[in-house]
Amino acid sequence: MAVTLDQTIAQKQHTLLTRVFASQTFWVVIAVILACLFLSVATDSFATTKNLYNITRNITFVAIVALGMTFVIITGGIDLSVGSVLCLCSMVLAVTMHAGYGIEIGIAAAIATALIIGAFNGILIAYLGFPPFVVTLGMLSIARSLAMVASNNTVVFQFGPDHDKLLALGGGAFVFGIANPVLYMIVLALITGFVLRWTKFGRHIFAIGGNEHAATLTGVPVRQIKVAVYMISALAAGLAGIIQTGWLGAVTTNLGNGMELQVIAATVIGGANLAGGMGTAFGAVVGAALIEVIRNSLGLLGINAFWQGVFIGGAILMAVLFDRLRNFRRNE
Amino acid sequence: MPVLELANISKHFGAIQAVNDVSLSIEAGQVVGLMGDNGAGKSTLVKMIAGNFRPSHGTMQMDGKELILHKPVEARQHGIEIVHQDLALCNNLTAAANVYLGRELRRGVGPFRILDYAAMYKRAGQIFAVLKSETRPRDLVKQMSGGQRQAVAIARTMLSQAKIVLMDEPTAAISVRQVAEVLNLIRHLRDQGIAVVLISHRMPDVFDVADRVIVMRRGRKVADKTIASSSPEEVTGLITGAIEQV
Repeated sequence: MAVTLDQTIAQKQHTLLTRVFASQTFWVVIAVILACLFLSVATDSFATTKNLYNITRNITFVAIVALGMTFVIITGGIDLSVGSVLCLCSMVLAVTMHAGYGIEIGIAAAIATALIIGAFNGILIAYLGFPPFVVTLGMLSIARSLAMVASNNTVVFQFGPDHDKLLALGGGAFVFGIANPVLYMIVLALITGFVLRWTKFGRHIFAIGGNEHAATLTGVPVRQIKVAVYMISALAAGLAGIIQTGWLGAVTTNLGNGMELQVIAATVIGGANLAGGMGTAFGAVVGAALIEVIRNSLGLLGINAFWQGVFIGGAILMAVLFDRLRNFRRNE
Repeated sequence: MPVLELANISKHFGAIQAVNDVSLSIEAGQVVGLMGDNGAGKSTLVKMIAGNFRPSHGTMQMDGKELILHKPVEARQHGIEIVHQDLALCNNLTAAANVYLGRELRRGVGPFRILDYAAMYKRAGQIFAVLKSETRPRDLVKQMSGGQRQAVAIARTMLSQAKIVLMDEPTAAISVRQVAEVLNLIRHLRDQGIAVVLISHRMPDVFDVADRVIVMRRGRKVADKTIASSSPEEVTGLITGAIEQV
């Protein structure tokens, strides 16, 4: 029977299954599951409630920031300032509350700080044409310095009248004994996933990463969207800072130091492409999970902590290697 | 009545006279080949019609009404669509997503509106069927042939009620078989009653598909005649200046 034009057009080349197998995220999930199974068998300490509670909570801070980073990376940009922004927002929250203001005002001040920094980064990048790497590298330095100025480089551990509320917010477990940060992460991941897949804004983010010039020519408001993604990234860092402050119960100016590299690693391991145009919310979370499981397992297996960097670096290279192998096969 | 009419259009950039006193009219359902050497003023002329530049002198009329364009979006609102030379496609998106880029269909109420994937796949598929192109809306543009990529770019122009489609060198960098495919796409556009302006360096393509040929040299229109009454030799002469004007 001859195939008509309409049939050809209607044909789906990929089933759900082939799409799943072709995704880097899927293989990272498999890696995480295998690692967990192995650790459960090989050690007595991995599959304990306390350790799992710790792991899931540790994943969240990197994962939440990675969700924001995903937006930036999909547009083909990069945000190196997230670790410092996290620290500055924590410090703004801490200092505001320490001065006697309520938790609402403290959180509002921290979020406002994040949005202003994000807008500043975004405007320099989108309207003045600065390279994202340079702008956010500058902000990495500026934000941490401002955090030191705000606190006079001291540790803040008294949060005024709403001290207990803040600690409950970050350290408590409101639902079914799941650590609060994990809940926040799940909610934020769902929102991110929804925005990327189902909104016009999300579609335009992918378009900018795929071909910025084409997006401009077809009437996509490229500049506004770029400003928005850097604001989202800073906001994610700010939210993670607020939660982490509540969890730790103290803020030092060292908070989030070097975190940007972990966050970018999580995003890339989860399948985002630094060249732009690719990335998912689920991938960011899974990437963060893999990094944390590696980190945790090295401790449990009694391997010297100095080896951590080697294993995490190896995971990054492996993830990208899978992607390259797929591309080689396709190009043949 | 012509769809688009240009009267004594000129454009200069400082001392450089890019387009000099050009008048022409374009009819619905007609393919016009716009030819000329590099720097002859073709691109400047097209950019004025597309709303990228404003003419220094002269007027443009669309359907008998004066047409003043400040930016490209306004040209699109008037039914003027452009297929850019580089096609302006995003390789990481599907064909349907590219077709609808910048004018995505959404469903829902008020501010709660989500992308309507089903409707976009369906409508894009219908447009590809009209264009007689074997292009699957769900496929990534990354994996497509040159002809299919052209089909995606051309399908964009058919989303709204386009009256004129300006095509900038659509056959410049593709294989012989794909050229035939693109020329067919142009014929399908014409059959929909759309006027097509084909900017091209390739003589065979213009003589294959166009009804009329306009030749520009040094900013001036030096010929405007039907394909039947011209020949590739004559057009070559006009482009190079061996023939002054007809």
